[in-house]
Amino acid sequence: MDLKGKKVVALGERDSVPGEVIAAVARAAGAVVIEVRTECFV
Amino acid sequence: MDPENQGLIKRLAEELGTEDLVVILGAADAEAVEVATETLRDGDPAYVGPLAGVQLGLPVLHIFEDEVKEQVEPGVYEEHVGLFAVSFDTEGIKEAMGRARGEG
Repeated sequence: MDLKGKKVVALGERDSVPGEVIAAVARAAGAVVIEVRTECFV
Repeated sequence: MDPENQGLIKRLAEELGTEDLVVILGAADAEAVEVATETLRDGDPAYVGPLAGVQLGLPVLHIFEDEVKEQVEPGVYEEHVGLFAVSFDTEGIKEAMGRARGEG
């Protein structure tokens, strides 16, 4: 799937890959990041 | 998949439609990503969250999958994801995503 122009929701995790990291990669791929979340299981 | 995120995705799908919506996961637990992928496509299997009985049919990718990696400059991907990719079981995650999609 081509991410260019897609509306991406980045659902990360604090203890693995954070949402902000996913968002940065998605933007680099040309996607529009519309929501960034980093779950925390503490 | 926690109810808060289910609610978020449901709201976004209602507001924006599902046509161009894609979810990219970052969790490192194979079972968690498998359940999340199924939930976003077929609805909450536990029938407790906002997506219970809601089949959004959303495409879901994981940040470790080649399908994501191949779409960015190698240096950019390595800068952001490299450390995480060597710290977690990326193959296990890829297999879980494949299972959730019903691939091989």
